[in-house]
Amino acid sequence: MNRLRIQASHRWYLPLLALVLMVALPSLAQTGAAVPTAPLQVLAQAQGGSATLLVGSTTSTEQSGLFSYLLPLFVQASGIQVHVVAIGTGQALDLGRRGDVDVLCVHDRPAEDRFVAEGYATRRYDLMYNDFVLIGPRSDPAQVAGARDVLEALQRIKARQASFVSRGDRSGTYEAELRLWNLAGIDIRADHGPWYRDTGTGMGPALNIAAAMDAYILSDRGTWIAFRNRQSLAIVKEGDSRLRNDYGLLLVNPQRHPHVKAAAGQQFIDWLVSAAGQRAIANYKIQGEQLFFPDARP
Amino acid sequence: MRGDGKDTKADGVVSEDLQQKRTLIERICENAGMNDLGAAFIQAAHLLAGREPALLGVIVLSLRVSLSALLIASLIGAPCGALLAVCRFPGRRLLIVAFNAMMGLPPVVVGLLIYILLSRAGPLGTFGLLFTPAAMVMAQSVLIVPIIIALTRQVIANDWEEYAELLRSLGARWWQIIPTLLWEARQALLTVLLAGFGRAVAEVGAVMMVGGNIDGLTRVMTTTIALETSKGNLAFALALGTVLLVLVFLVNALAYLSRPHSAQHGI
Repeated sequence: MNRLRIQASHRWYLPLLALVLMVALPSLAQTGAAVPTAPLQVLAQAQGGSATLLVGSTTSTEQSGLFSYLLPLFVQASGIQVHVVAIGTGQALDLGRRGDVDVLCVHDRPAEDRFVAEGYATRRYDLMYNDFVLIGPRSDPAQVAGARDVLEALQRIKARQASFVSRGDRSGTYEAELRLWNLAGIDIRADHGPWYRDTGTGMGPALNIAAAMDAYILSDRGTWIAFRNRQSLAIVKEGDSRLRNDYGLLLVNPQRHPHVKAAAGQQFIDWLVSAAGQRAIANYKIQGEQLFFPDARP
Repeated sequence: MRGDGKDTKADGVVSEDLQQKRTLIERICENAGMNDLGAAFIQAAHLLAGREPALLGVIVLSLRVSLSALLIASLIGAPCGALLAVCRFPGRRLLIVAFNAMMGLPPVVVGLLIYILLSRAGPLGTFGLLFTPAAMVMAQSVLIVPIIIALTRQVIANDWEEYAELLRSLGARWWQIIPTLLWEARQALLTVLLAGFGRAVAEVGAVMMVGGNIDGLTRVMTTTIALETSKGNLAFALALGTVLLVLVFLVNALAYLSRPHSAQHGI
């Protein structure tokens, strides 16, 4: 055994020490130098504190920067910390059904009404709206810009078999896209060719794909304004009343999920639909352009 | 990580000030006829010079989560790997193949598994661990335990062939043999740990799913890169990727320099 040990240097413990320090020190600092009894507990406290709210939100409200603008204002007004998980509307509603978030901010009216009907929330609150825009290459190969309305624009895209990128997830934008195809008299899920790309991605990644292949795509205006990798894409059709995009608020029903922070969640909703919250939403601009239009009813 | 309300504003990785700075850099690059790649390297240099302090929290969390996962995974994985190398028991070969195969576990699948476990509707839901750093540590630990086990077994099996006779002649039992072998192989095991760390820190699917990429709480380097890519900030995303590479390089350099035996090998 001695023969084996002889080669040992005294520096073997350095990486291990660095590792332990790296892991342990920040937790100590976080808990005010109290010795953590169980690491899981300490880490859970980061979220489990009574004044921390978990919000499941559509990607557009997070990626457009609205929440990073609103949340500090709400924290200042209430002292309640809000953590936002940004995810497609369909998935966000599922998080609510499982009780994994307290409040939902989503944009798919039929799905939201279903959520309330199933008893996962007691009511839906109007919050704000903006609109969807039809994006396409500036060259506009399907001559969508000359179309009467968005429905004719979609018909032209299909007739020309111009590339179209679809979200293909369960997001509010995808549901809106399906409704528009439907209104245009096209059963797009059954009747499409290789020009229609079902990408199964979020708004941003889908826009990246559309930019790379000069395709048409339906986007919410907020994400589009904040999107930086436009390449040759531009808005080709907008301003149709059927392109309205409503955002709603839901408080997960505490009778379904008793751990839901109902009081704090209600406070958050009340603030958002209050005059102060609505004013803050209206004030949020990117490059001088207002992204969301408050429409809560008192 | 987000303490009281005061520091919240500085928390977002993309504050307005930084956004402006970045736009400026991009404009300069554009004028100079540079593409996203050029812009990325200028931004990376900018980030590495510590000019975006908000990024520090993201970097520290990345390291904390992945090093915690590494610590847990090596405490479980190294002894298990050694046990598999030294002991003979029925089903051992099957276990070896299974752990070798699990080195290729898809992160999203692990993320989904941990999500279902930790979800309020799941078996561990009462602890409220979903969307916390703890959940991310769990997911990464599950991902890298098979790597540590499989690679440790390989390393220890080689040493065992060499030392089996000696250790047996000394009358050592398996609970003495395993620590001895692990100790002897510590240099090779360091590489095993680095492989595990690399996998953990580079992983995005699982931490995105169980961490939720919450700003200031569970946002790590890889999920920030994914987010910035989806915003179309390709150059900035690439710059963050460069920073991540530099970090991993530094961790590796630290490990390499503090290796045992480095003097003997003259490196």
